Amino acid sequence: MARPIYQTESGARVFGILAQFENTLTLSNAAKAVRDAGFKKWDTHSPFPVHEMEHSMGIAGTAVRPLAYAMGMGALTGAVGGYLMQWWINKDYFIVVQGKPTDAAWESFIPVTFELGILLTAFAAIFGMLAFNGLPRHHHPLFTSERFLSTSDDAFFISVEAKDEKFDPESTRKMLEDAGATHIELVEEG
Amino acid sequence: MSVINPDQIDAQRLAGMRPAADRGDIDPALGDGSLVDDPALRPPLVLNGRDFHDVTEIVCGYSEKAPPWWWFHALGAAATVAGLAQIMILYLIITGVGVWGLNNQVDWAWDITNFVFWIGIGHAGTLISAILCLLKQEWRTAVNRSAEAMTIFAVTCAGIFPGIHVGRVWFAWMLFPIPNYNWIWPNFRSPLLWDVFAVSTYATVSTLFWYMGLIPDFATLRDRAHRRLRLGESQNMKLRVPLPVPIPVITLPIKGDILRAYIFGFLALGWRFSGRHWYRYEKAYLILAGISTPLVLSVHSIVSFDFATSILPGWHTTIFPPYFVAGAVFGGFAMVLLLLIPLRELLPNMKDLLTLRHLELMAKILLVTGMMVGFAYGMEFFIAWYGANQFEWYAFIGNRANPETAPYWWAYYTMIFCNVVTPQLFWVKKFRQNPIIIWIVALCVTIGMWFERFVIIVTSLHRAFLPGEWHMFYPTPVDILTFVGSFGIFFTLFLLFIRFMPIFPMAELKAVMPGASPHDHAHHHDDEHDDPHGDHGDDSHGEPTKQGAH
Repeated sequence: MARPIYQTESGARVFGILAQFENTLTLSNAAKAVRDAGFKKWDTHSPFPVHEMEHSMGIAGTAVRPLAYAMGMGALTGAVGGYLMQWWINKDYFIVVQGKPTDAAWESFIPVTFELGILLTAFAAIFGMLAFNGLPRHHHPLFTSERFLSTSDDAFFISVEAKDEKFDPESTRKMLEDAGATHIELVEEG
Repeated sequence: MSVINPDQIDAQRLAGMRPAADRGDIDPALGDGSLVDDPALRPPLVLNGRDFHDVTEIVCGYSEKAPPWWWFHALGAAATVAGLAQIMILYLIITGVGVWGLNNQVDWAWDITNFVFWIGIGHAGTLISAILCLLKQEWRTAVNRSAEAMTIFAVTCAGIFPGIHVGRVWFAWMLFPIPNYNWIWPNFRSPLLWDVFAVSTYATVSTLFWYMGLIPDFATLRDRAHRRLRLGESQNMKLRVPLPVPIPVITLPIKGDILRAYIFGFLALGWRFSGRHWYRYEKAYLILAGISTPLVLSVHSIVSFDFATSILPGWHTTIFPPYFVAGAVFGGFAMVLLLLIPLRELLPNMKDLLTLRHLELMAKILLVTGMMVGFAYGMEFFIAWYGANQFEWYAFIGNRANPETAPYWWAYYTMIFCNVVTPQLFWVKKFRQNPIIIWIVALCVTIGMWFERFVIIVTSLHRAFLPGEWHMFYPTPVDILTFVGSFGIFFTLFLLFIRFMPIFPMAELKAVMPGASPHDHAHHHDDEHDDPHGDHGDDSHGEPTKQGAH
């Protein structure tokens, strides 16, 4: 079933509803309300990570596994690749140190193997985090709201996207009002 | 002009435009209110009842407002000294390493001393950002950004020295395993090559870690610039020439906020403070802290392998890796204190965010790591005696400790005095709560840690096995000016950092402030899982608050 397309009076497409909350407690209680109402495409916005917000949003446990896999892959690639590089270089370019066999004395290859493992794990952690978050992103409709800019300072918001199955301009607004929003506005698709 | 309304003073103070009010209601025993001894009390991390907005205003203000008068002078001086280093390096490259005081016996001297000195300084930043993060030390939020910046700048300075000491600098690329026509590869069994990988991994991961913490704060600066542009509050950039002659201020045809919105907007990567993003961000940050911890321990261990894997008496000891790591953290914290104590006086309102308690805690770390280093110094002598190796015994007694026979005895005792004796002042509470004394000790430790590396490298080398080859090392002016110049590079980078970047991690700082946790509000709302030991910090306004047993 195709979702209805909501438009504002000026004819712009509606991105969703943005509701402001007073503090972290009302934000997290409202997040629980939105979560329990069964919404999927919604988000909270706070100037800092709010304690246990992942539980209030019902997303706990979703982020760790893909990130851990990415980092495990990074660690494995770095360490195995790093070791093989040294093994191949020593086998190929024959340097005899202390009379040791060029391709069997593996102990002295460990530091570089370790460092490269760490390096690629770190790449996986930060770039994986950004990729799973859909960043970098040039623009987002929420930035069209002037009020939203203060979320980087001291304001707390919940945004519910119009694309969500359960979205309805009236009832969603009502739900956020009941949850204690101090200000509610409609955000256009930028 | 009429008298300013008290409300306006209050508003200016809260907006970070005025120094903090005198708090007559604070018990003098608590210093600025943060020196709480009772373990049942949670000392405030941010003073004067600053709320989230105040923190944003204070921290962004350092970057957005015109720099203080001293900044130009400091930058000018630092950049001049940095230029000196570059001239010396250029002179070295076009002439050869003979311009240094090296000789056949002492073939590593100030170059590698400076390298180990600078790379060690970096370690405090990673310790603060990684290890203290894993240990949930919330006070680290006030120092971690500037300490991480210091790490990166110190590693930058460190990287210069091995790069230029190779002699033919244009072959420095051969340090890396780059395929080449001559089919020559580096020797992976050499600790010097391990060092290349350890230091470059360390530099890269530190930069990434630093950048990751900066993303939300760049987004804050971006949003503020963006909002001012929308509201039409932005002004054109003005070029003030810092000369003592009256030159008219030149107005440039571009708004500073446009540059900010573009540059910080680019760097912030579209961060929109989303709860879903924060969740992944925190997890990634924690795991990154987890892998940075073994990394930072490995880096200085590998640096110590440069010495420990050789057979030279004085270098060939198994205690080197832990001893180097402890020394690195020791020297690094000294540098953090050396930079932040003056900065705390110079920048407005910084004392609200970096309290006496922060300084006291860092002084305690200096004491602990200083004792570790002192233990290592003692243990070296014990093993030299217990190992019954006459060369090793002579390296420690004859070449270092005995003024009768050791020409470098003064360097050894400078090191002992600065690194072992001066930190003992911190057993006294009054001393570790006094910023001036902490600063003086930190200065001593910085000097002492440089001498430690000098003692290890030069005194071991100058008298190796064959007495016929014994030789003293005398630094040339080029040696000295290159080292002094590396401080110029370091301070230039640090001054640019405090001028243009958020020097406190705003998001992390706000997250440990009262009112950040939903539980803080539990006493005036009904939360579904009522927190029985919520620290009611919301209305504490800088007073120590009761903390339950978590």
